[in-house]
Amino acid sequence: MRFVRDLGLYMKMLGRMFSRPERWNMYWKELLRQMNDIGVGSLSIVLMASLFIGAVTAVQSAYQLYGTPFVPPYYLGLIVRNTTILELAPTFTCLILAGKVGSNIASELGTMRISEQIDALEIMGVPTETYLVMPRVIASVIVVPIMVIIAASAGVFGAWIAANFTGYGSQEEFVYGLRAFFDPFDVQIMLIKSFSFGFLISTISCFKGFYVRGGALEIGKASTQAVVLSCIYVLLADYVIAEVLL
Amino acid sequence: MIEISHIHKVFNGVTVLNDVSAVFESGKTNLIIGISGSGKTVLMKCIVGLLQPDSGQVLFNKESFHEMPPERRKEVRRQIGMLFQGAALFDSLTVEENVMLPLNMFSHSSKKEKLERVNFCLERVNLAGANHKFPGEISGGMKKRVGIARAIVLNPKYLFCDEPNSGLDPKTSLVIDELIIELTKEFNITTIINTHDMNSVMEIGENIIFLHKGQKAWEGNSHQIIESDNQELNSFIFAGEFLREARDHLISQRKKL
Repeated sequence: MRFVRDLGLYMKMLGRMFSRPERWNMYWKELLRQMNDIGVGSLSIVLMASLFIGAVTAVQSAYQLYGTPFVPPYYLGLIVRNTTILELAPTFTCLILAGKVGSNIASELGTMRISEQIDALEIMGVPTETYLVMPRVIASVIVVPIMVIIAASAGVFGAWIAANFTGYGSQEEFVYGLRAFFDPFDVQIMLIKSFSFGFLISTISCFKGFYVRGGALEIGKASTQAVVLSCIYVLLADYVIAEVLL
Repeated sequence: MIEISHIHKVFNGVTVLNDVSAVFESGKTNLIIGISGSGKTVLMKCIVGLLQPDSGQVLFNKESFHEMPPERRKEVRRQIGMLFQGAALFDSLTVEENVMLPLNMFSHSSKKEKLERVNFCLERVNLAGANHKFPGEISGGMKKRVGIARAIVLNPKYLFCDEPNSGLDPKTSLVIDELIIELTKEFNITTIINTHDMNSVMEIGENIIFLHKGQKAWEGNSHQIIESDNQELNSFIFAGEFLREARDHLISQRKKL
């Protein structure tokens, strides 16, 4: 019953998000601020995580391939590339962003709700869903794919560095593997995933923060729920997209 | 002028407002008083449209607020200024940006004109020069004054103040009260104030409504409140021994005159 009510509220929030803004420049400023918060604010952690995940993928794949006579050494590059583009970059980056950006959005909006800032905007006649939710969702849908592209590049770079130390194949073979049998559709899938995950993270976090009731304790709970739900729905969407598109 | 008639509001089976009717005239400070949980804030939220009453009407200059088309309702909302209990300032914006926000949203003035208007409002609440401070850097009383400046920046016809004196020392409370009454008279605003503060009730209560268990239990002004024989009102206003003695003394003085 609660799920149905929440789903109704969530759909209502999405519907009201698209009402016509009064002053575009105010929304434009807010959009830029959100893009900066989501993108620049998360860049270092995404880069760091991607470099190491790429490196670990290379090392562990090399470990699996050792002593397998029928697998050519360049396959290491191919495995790393496909794993990174199809799964690790979009999913792992978005799980990190769900934690960082999701909790940030939910707690920011929750605090605004509890301290009556949202009520103040409503009384002024500002369409609050449009002013507060839309810039966050659009910023997320724009920035998350960019972050995922950066993460994929960093992951492959991390893998290339680590592959040098595995002793499995040469650098040239690794680079050949990275380029072999490349299908641009894999990149399309990565982008579709990142758009979808960006949308899910931002809308779920906005929903949890926007409708919070109570005090500081509830803001903490809403923030945690935003992260947990975002992660669950990202993983669910990951499976659905893979099932439908692959 | 704002009129409310037969407002009824129920939350989860609990009646919070029961058949509340009143008239709030312009150019007057209208106070809603009552113990915590008596329905003051819910009534104010029903009047400003943050809550929808289950039945009854809210009329802004004879127009029913809840029956207005959305565009008209937006127009009326722009004529409303509200000071919240915690001031509700936007933490990420400076004092100047907070006050300018309604202008940026709804005014077609130039940037220079907007800045002049912001400075005028800040001067009006004795905060000239605090433009670039953030809410986290100013005191509670200053926050309330910024809240008032933001509430009046669009020249509202209606001013709502929810507990404007809560958490303030008596001297600052008096400054806020004086400011509210000055603005009400100067711009002929319909002002509605929710308060527990007895000093405010006696100082600025031109029209006072006492809510008790969600019902209007008494209506009058600050002069009439002294001689009221409403038991609930008296036990609320003159809760302490000192105040009861002061009231008795005042009544005996009036009788002598």
